[in-house]
Amino acid sequence: MKHLKPLNQKAERIAAAPVPEIEEADDVVALQDPRPHVPMGCSLSFSPGWEVDAGGGTAGLCQPVERDIYDCYVTCFWPVQMPDHVNYSPDWASNCAAATKDWRSLDLVFP
Amino acid sequence: MTALKDVRYRAGEAHRFEAAGQGFAYLPGAGAIFALDGAVEGVLAAIGKDGATHGGLVDALVADGTTPADAEGLLRELRQVRLIEHGDAVAFAAPEMPPADFPLQALVLNITNQCNLACTYCYEFGADKIATPAGKPKYMTIETARASIDLLIAEARGRPAVHVTFFGGETLMNFRLLKDVVEYADAATAAAGKAITYSLTTNATLLTPAIIDFLSDHRIGVTVSMDGPPEIQDKHRVYKNGKGSYAVIEPRLRALIAGHKTRAVTARVTLTEGVTDVIAIYRHLKDELGFHEVGFAPVTESGNRTYALGEGGMDTVLAQFRALADEWLAEALQGRSHGFTNVSETIGELISGVNKSHPCGAALGLMGVGPSGDLSPCHRFTDADSHSMGHVSTGIDRAAQTDFLSRGHVAAKYDCQSCWARPLCAGGCHHEAFVRYGDTGHANLHYCDWIREWTDVCLEIYGTLAARNPDFLVRFADRKGLS
Repeated sequence: MKHLKPLNQKAERIAAAPVPEIEEADDVVALQDPRPHVPMGCSLSFSPGWEVDAGGGTAGLCQPVERDIYDCYVTCFWPVQMPDHVNYSPDWASNCAAATKDWRSLDLVFP
Repeated sequence: MTALKDVRYRAGEAHRFEAAGQGFAYLPGAGAIFALDGAVEGVLAAIGKDGATHGGLVDALVADGTTPADAEGLLRELRQVRLIEHGDAVAFAAPEMPPADFPLQALVLNITNQCNLACTYCYEFGADKIATPAGKPKYMTIETARASIDLLIAEARGRPAVHVTFFGGETLMNFRLLKDVVEYADAATAAAGKAITYSLTTNATLLTPAIIDFLSDHRIGVTVSMDGPPEIQDKHRVYKNGKGSYAVIEPRLRALIAGHKTRAVTARVTLTEGVTDVIAIYRHLKDELGFHEVGFAPVTESGNRTYALGEGGMDTVLAQFRALADEWLAEALQGRSHGFTNVSETIGELISGVNKSHPCGAALGLMGVGPSGDLSPCHRFTDADSHSMGHVSTGIDRAAQTDFLSRGHVAAKYDCQSCWARPLCAGGCHHEAFVRYGDTGHANLHYCDWIREWTDVCLEIYGTLAARNPDFLVRFADRKGLS
């Protein structure tokens, strides 16, 4: 360490511990593994809802699972555990022109 | 995508202090101490209360002449020690609960609950006593003592050394047993392949040359409960007829300090209403009588006893503690040790960077044994039916122990969560909490300000030594076995 000087035994241990990095590569990316993304085939069910791929997981979907949350909002007749498009949060997706690209701007709703 | 440059930092939990013209940070999440340079101070000032972005901080550093690589490195260091935090970083988790089979290290044997003095503030016999000794043995038998030693050895799994403290009542009223216990425990621990050390607390009224020789020969550390020069000592530490005890103990103390060659002889002073002249007491005990170390603690009481210290008293005590702490530091800067125990103990804890789950070892590595063989969390709960924790013949009551430790865990004390002094204090004495609030798991709220101020004093001493005489801290750690 160059700017901080550990002065007791606990500080020495912290200084010797690995540094948690925050780099751009560490940020969350939709369907990031495997990359590039190769769909396994059609999903077994269709939106809205949480789909699974032919292997029973979410890695092989042709659309990111993150897209589903948007689908629930726009199309689901029963807005529960989701922002309510009709009554309470009509503007929730206003910053999200294309869900597959802009899903990061979908934020939590604080009532 | 959130780029690194947009990551927003906020200040992590830290207690900043200055010493010897330098800035330091004590990190309560870990108990770590770091010295800060000017660049760190600058970044922390820029982050302030509102926070700042990674990119903004780097740009500002580069504008001031730092290379981009150094600026990134600086922020990485601050992230590493959590002086700055970002995003979803959660607070440090509270210290973990020690394992359920935490091995015993020490027993405090209350070899008698009888005493030849009648100190007015005594927690065992005074107005706030919690002991319920009626119908129980007054003196421990050798059978109970042997069972205690056997339990200690059995429960000290994996430990190379154990410790026995003799306590009372007045310990020396059962000296014959003490001798027998030492003989038995020496043999039993040797057979078990463990080392053993001893200590004893006494009011010094019954010391004889033969007893002093025995204590020295068997390397038994002695703590004398006493309050100071005659006018102070005789205020509360009196015989049942009201006569003061100073004249009786003075010649015995001089013989003890001159004759005990193998262990430090320590005085332990109880501060009460009107007994707050810490410096005069220290001078008398250290310089005139020759004690190696002197420690002070305020009396434990329920809040409204006539001998209570009160707010003003505590302020006086703190001011005098500061003056003695200055002396301690001056000696340490010269490479010499000073006998003010309260500083020495705190410095020892700061060296290792303790982060306590519990305020002390009670019911963890240490337990008390009453004359009847009843186990208790520590000597202060001896003979209290409300806090029995098993018996030496049947073993530790694990349910009672778990309940006690769950209550006493620092994470269970709401008031402690935002306090920077919690790694050292962890809420304060379980017994004090019970007497004051009726719950061993209650934080000692009446001492919070005091503890923080005192810890701050000790941190300043630590910082000054780290800057001006770091060798002293290294040698201090060696001497205390902390290295």
